[in-house]
Amino acid sequence: MHSEFLMGNAAIARGAIAAGLNVVCGYPGTPSTEVLETAAKCNRGNLYVEWSVNEKAALELGAGAAYCGARAMVTMKQVGLNVASDPLMSLAYIGVKGGTVILVADDPGPISSQTEQDTRTFAAYSKLPCFDPSSVQEAYDMIQEAFAYSEAYHTPVLFRPTTRICHGYASVTVKDEDEYLVNTPEGFVKDSSKWVIFPRLSFRAHADIEQRNAKLSEVFSGYTRNEIQPAGTGIRKGVAAHGINYAYTAEALQNLTEKPAVLKIATPFPFPEQKALEFLRSVDEVLCIEELDPVIERALIFVCGKYHLSVNIRGKLSGDMPASGENTCASVAAALAKFMGAALPETAKRPEPPALPVRPPVLCAGCPHRASFYAVKQAMKGQKAVFCGDIGCYTLGNAMPLDMVDTCLCMGAGVNITQGIGKIEPDTVCFAFVGDSTFFASAITGAVNAVYNQANMTLVVLDNSTTAMTGHQPHPGTGRTMMGQIVDKVSIEAVLHGVGVKTVETVNPLELEKAIETVKRVSAEDGVKAIIFKSPCAVLIKPESPAVIDTDKCTNCRRCIKQLGCPGLVLKDGRVHIEQALCTGCGLCAQVCPFEAIGGASCRETS
Amino acid sequence: MQRNILICGVGGQGIVLTGKLISAAAMARGIPVMSAETIGMAQKGGSVFTFLRLGDDLHCPMFPPASADLLIGFEPAEAVRMLPYLKEGGKVIVNTHAIMPVTAALSGSDYTGTEMLDYLKQQVPALTALDADAACKELGSPKVLNMIMLGAAIRAEVLPFTTDEIEDVMRKTVKPQFAEMNARALRYE
Repeated sequence: MHSEFLMGNAAIARGAIAAGLNVVCGYPGTPSTEVLETAAKCNRGNLYVEWSVNEKAALELGAGAAYCGARAMVTMKQVGLNVASDPLMSLAYIGVKGGTVILVADDPGPISSQTEQDTRTFAAYSKLPCFDPSSVQEAYDMIQEAFAYSEAYHTPVLFRPTTRICHGYASVTVKDEDEYLVNTPEGFVKDSSKWVIFPRLSFRAHADIEQRNAKLSEVFSGYTRNEIQPAGTGIRKGVAAHGINYAYTAEALQNLTEKPAVLKIATPFPFPEQKALEFLRSVDEVLCIEELDPVIERALIFVCGKYHLSVNIRGKLSGDMPASGENTCASVAAALAKFMGAALPETAKRPEPPALPVRPPVLCAGCPHRASFYAVKQAMKGQKAVFCGDIGCYTLGNAMPLDMVDTCLCMGAGVNITQGIGKIEPDTVCFAFVGDSTFFASAITGAVNAVYNQANMTLVVLDNSTTAMTGHQPHPGTGRTMMGQIVDKVSIEAVLHGVGVKTVETVNPLELEKAIETVKRVSAEDGVKAIIFKSPCAVLIKPESPAVIDTDKCTNCRRCIKQLGCPGLVLKDGRVHIEQALCTGCGLCAQVCPFEAIGGASCRETS
Repeated sequence: MQRNILICGVGGQGIVLTGKLISAAAMARGIPVMSAETIGMAQKGGSVFTFLRLGDDLHCPMFPPASADLLIGFEPAEAVRMLPYLKEGGKVIVNTHAIMPVTAALSGSDYTGTEMLDYLKQQVPALTALDADAACKELGSPKVLNMIMLGAAIRAEVLPFTTDEIEDVMRKTVKPQFAEMNARALRYE
């Protein structure tokens, strides 16, 4: 044992490796991404690591490995579980041989997600055991236990940290390498009565699952991480919490003199009913402190009904806690103080500060997506056009002044949404923007659908040769794998030609005039056509020397700023100025300036 | 001993590394550490922060408002934004150099940071304001901004470390060719 300072996601990866992990696969998604990245970094050569094309592919690969007796972990964010839900629901019936943990990071807030869905609810729906860690240290320890439970009960299990656990750091006690468990997979043993899903098997498996979950509810009542802390003498109030909310509660309790009983729920499903019953028998009133769904609140109400207990259960459903959004140390402390009838500590009030500058996320200086959006915007000037966006950095193309994302729903949706709009509004020029990683993840089927069903649309692939939004992971188009191999790149152009898209043109968006001309020409064709805007992510390349403004030519018309909204273009003493530390020298603003006042190092800024 | 520290600024200023060095110094001393930072879309140009907690009996990586013993603000408005987290009597180190957001250029506003610094001066008795960007120019690299700020923070005597201890962990973290310049920045006064 020794101590290390680890991010939650790193602790999860390290814990899984200590538990004898053989295979880890997944698809990047905040806040889950660093789990797989850490596992890859710590690979001692005995671990297979891959970024799969999407979560469904990852889960299926993980299942295959687990059928062989491998210990497998599949990583994703909560909306990734939607993509993986098809294999997940069936795998719950088939079960596994090697321990299998599906790591699904939830995102209360949401901070960087489309939904506030709760994987604890998904656990109940898919009937799979679920683990919910409350600290970085607990995440490290609990993931090892999750593997053990999975293997003991031959079922995949869900492990669902939230953002504050994933991205929190702590000094953690970890195992030394010689304490690691080693798992040697037995190999795939053929048995079609076990591995081939048929209605007869499913009928039997369903009954078994219900029985097992009833058993697990009892087992989990004895699991030490489902814990009761008794109330102070004479106090008949209790708090039920989970995950980071348990940490917020513990923090707040330090300042309360009257301590309520605390029920910590580490396994929201199967719910540890007997443990909850023991807790409920000691209290008259309970405040449930949860994020996302009122999972514990509903379970406690159920237990009260089942055992005829007269305990008042409060939380989201009663309106005592907010129905949506993230809790904080402060919000939990306030809710607890109110519940306990205690006063909140007085803090000095400062006068209102001056209006603070807003810093919304924007496309980086030099981002090629800015040029791509701008080219399409210019080409479509005066025409009725719709721009369906997708998930990635390029969703930020919605911000002013570009204003080029009319829809965004989920991974790969834009290519199909634009077809739907085109069917109802045939006079609209329909565009779908999709990034390279998203293209491989889930837009290829959309392209096939468009070709087959005679859509009239332009697919614009924003190919920056990386998965930029989640921190630059490789994908099939990059020619690199997480095992360090250099492999053949899957060509987006060849894929599109292969599925029947006849016109596929590749152009550098930073060559503005050519890009605009290409969009005009290609989008005017009938049927499905594609433009690949190919230019690497500005973060990954060595910048050119920054642009400078020739102040003799600059009329301060600010067209560059108003058209592009590049963070490198700022106002300094009322005049347009190029922030030298930010500018990558992409040259887009030079092509937009009507006075040729922006140029490379040869132009001298004299101000 | 428990210490709550908040480091804030604009993405790209080297805030994450500053937090990492303080954490590493604590680990070297065997002091338990927790921290939390902004990750994701705020990478560049957005408001970013690192919450850091040192000491025993820590439960969560973030702390409630009015709890920070020390606030290290790399940008005046960002220091003001996070000021509610400062506890009464807490110290603030602020860089006086303002960073204009892209939206300010679009809307034509002229944010300079002066009003933010005035507000800080009124509200924080234990305020150290320094032009760390000017110091960077003097030292010859914009990349040592975080070390200048960290050096000033150490001298405020809230963190339980000496400059030597921070220099030690810094040398283990940064590339050897940058160590000397960073060491000078740590001691810049």
